[in-house]
Amino acid sequence: MIVGTDPAETFRQEAADLLAQLEGALLDLEAVPEDRSLVDQAFRALHTLKGSGAMFGWEALAAFTHHIESTFALVRNGELKVTRDLVSLTLAAADHIRVLLDRPESADHLRGEALLASFRDLTGAAGQSHQDASKPTAKSVAPSSERVFRIRFRPGRNVLAFGCNPLLLLGELRALGTCTVLPITDAVPTLEEMEPTDCLVAWDVLLTTSATRSALDEVFLFVADQSEVGISEIPLEDSSAAGRRLGEILVERGDVAPADIDEGLGRQERLGTLLVKSGKVSEDRIASALGEQRHLREANKARETTVSGATIRVPAERLDSLMDQVGELVIAQARLMQVAMADANPLLKSISEDIERLAAELRDTAMGIRMLPIGTLFGRFRRVVHDLSRELGKAVELTTAGEETELDKTVIECLNDPLVHLIRNAVDHGIEDAARRVAAGKPEGGRVHLSAVHSGAQVLITIEDDGHGLDRAAIRAKAEERGLLQPGQEVGDAELFACIFQAGFSTAAAVTNVSGRGVGMDVVKRTIDGLRGTIEVTSAIGEGTAITLKLPLTLAIIDGLLVRVGDERYVVPLSAVEECVELTRLEDSRSGGRSFLNIRGEIVAFIRLRRLFETPGEPEVIQKVVIVTLGETRIGLVVDQVIGQHQTVIKSLSRMHRDLDGFSGATILGDGAVALILDVPHLIKFARDREATVRTP
Amino acid sequence: MKKKKILCVDDSASVRQMVTFTLEQAGYDVVSAVDGRDAIQRLQATPVDLIVTDLNMPNLDGIELVRQVRTMPAFKFLPIVLLTTESEETRKQDGRAAGATGWIVKPFKQDQLLAVVKRVLG
Repeated sequence: MIVGTDPAETFRQEAADLLAQLEGALLDLEAVPEDRSLVDQAFRALHTLKGSGAMFGWEALAAFTHHIESTFALVRNGELKVTRDLVSLTLAAADHIRVLLDRPESADHLRGEALLASFRDLTGAAGQSHQDASKPTAKSVAPSSERVFRIRFRPGRNVLAFGCNPLLLLGELRALGTCTVLPITDAVPTLEEMEPTDCLVAWDVLLTTSATRSALDEVFLFVADQSEVGISEIPLEDSSAAGRRLGEILVERGDVAPADIDEGLGRQERLGTLLVKSGKVSEDRIASALGEQRHLREANKARETTVSGATIRVPAERLDSLMDQVGELVIAQARLMQVAMADANPLLKSISEDIERLAAELRDTAMGIRMLPIGTLFGRFRRVVHDLSRELGKAVELTTAGEETELDKTVIECLNDPLVHLIRNAVDHGIEDAARRVAAGKPEGGRVHLSAVHSGAQVLITIEDDGHGLDRAAIRAKAEERGLLQPGQEVGDAELFACIFQAGFSTAAAVTNVSGRGVGMDVVKRTIDGLRGTIEVTSAIGEGTAITLKLPLTLAIIDGLLVRVGDERYVVPLSAVEECVELTRLEDSRSGGRSFLNIRGEIVAFIRLRRLFETPGEPEVIQKVVIVTLGETRIGLVVDQVIGQHQTVIKSLSRMHRDLDGFSGATILGDGAVALILDVPHLIKFARDREATVRTP
Repeated sequence: MKKKKILCVDDSASVRQMVTFTLEQAGYDVVSAVDGRDAIQRLQATPVDLIVTDLNMPNLDGIELVRQVRTMPAFKFLPIVLLTTESEETRKQDGRAAGATGWIVKPFKQDQLLAVVKRVLG
């Protein structure tokens, strides 16, 4: 095998070998014109030269060789005899190919043409049918708007034996647009008769896509010959399409005769049920046609909304009250579910499930309405930066990204003040004055970058500056002076930088109009905590500082994990939960007082909520540990029982309880009881502090 | 997830190299064989998730390779893609009849190769 990194160079070397092989075969053929293996060898050499040539950029070589190859294809099929003329002509062609390979720019086109003409003379009539098959078919990629296709795909029984997986093809269709896939199983026999290696399922697919018809054909390219594939476009312009009836669709698809429909309409039952009962059409087909009806309705709806693009203005308080009501509905639904689960009535259960689904959808829609792009906020900061840079005599530019990121309205309202503060800090403390910047080899003007991005159920807002970065030594000194850190205590960046959010903490030598009074960062921290968000600081000396705010998408309703400790139930925000493991009594006793757990080789500290909340009574025999994470830190919360997932409508705690540490709110459960929502960041901090006190004697 | 392994069979080193490079860039594991006989030997040593093979090769050509692979119980449902040219329509049909899953017409671009591999391998 030839070793090299550049495929083109490999090809050049290989082509030279192939040409040598070709010449050898040709010269031998002159002596033994009937030898088939020599013909094959010559053909293969030409074939590879052509195929690889085109792939590695030798188009002229490939085009020329194609004609010689065609000639040898004729020889191989016995339509043309090997003659002395053919051999010498091919040898001349090989020389020309060599020129095309080594010095394509100096190749003589006329010589090439002359050679090809001689080949044509030689092959004569035999070659006619094989000429010019090489022209690549031009792909017409006309841009088109969205269209709806109906695709009926019945794979051949034996496609699996050809290594084909029909599900992959359906997946490919899904990637092309909005897709409704409906299975047709009427050909599936009973289990005893079924051949497991046969493909017996067919699919009807409705696809709204901007892809061309040929792109759809392309998907089925490999199975088209063994399968029934029917692709037809359903015209959307047809206004009646929106309200297409089941009967019309069935008739148009040729599944039912119009007479059967008329007969069916004469009676008073639903058409679909009726047709199935009478055995005119299978249940699958009806389900598929109904699916089409739904798909078309939605496609039309989508089209209409893009046409009108209508928006209406609604007073904010109406949205707030909508959200409150949705919250109440979710609570009521939880109660309904509890009643339904305890009851044996299947009808009640099914209604309860419907309500659950609807409530969840309504919740998502209502929350979607409250979402605002954060860009509305970013706009204001340009002015802030402009004024500041005037005041401080620094040239600072504010750039923003991710303005379209959506956040709950209330969250956005709360963010204004903290962001103003952080930006002021960045401009005043972060960015150096022009002289110092130039000395450090930076552009004279400073830059503050504000960006927002979605990350799971959170939004990350980052304020970055290209200033001198946080001064670790100064922070350290100040922290020790204020007793936040012990002299000599080893801390990581995260812990050190956390000090700057302490009230009254400032390392600025001079108090300016803008900042340095040490008032503000603690307010920022408190606001973000109040939004159940977190703050991360990274900084590199001389390069700048980045402060990232991680905020939940919404404040009103979260997905939670309901757990029990003693008789009380608590909610852990699901976004913080990583996994749940068991803590057997044996392990419990073995862990002694250390409260560490070995999870797949990693040591994780845990907190016994039972002990923390001073819950009376005996713990369960097998307690559970809920592993929660915050950034890099993981801790376990030991509970008696993990009850399950719970849609949690957050209620704030009363003024009396607001200062309770460890809880961020409360929620009402299905049975009317109140469960407290655990404040995971606080618990993690608690665990960390305890760890620190254990370590420092 | 475990990397999918693809066996690339071609007597042309440049094609092997191009196919290997393209597929490895896309995150697949690639083993290569120089002809059908070599491919059968490699299959017996390491199972693969897909075979991409040329048609014209010395010793054992692509069609015969497909035929033999399909008789091996472990590879009854293995996707196999042929590398063909426009002039080989009948050979392509022979390959299909032998049990090939799909084909790529040479010359092809990298993204065409990846599209086909994705179609049959997922």
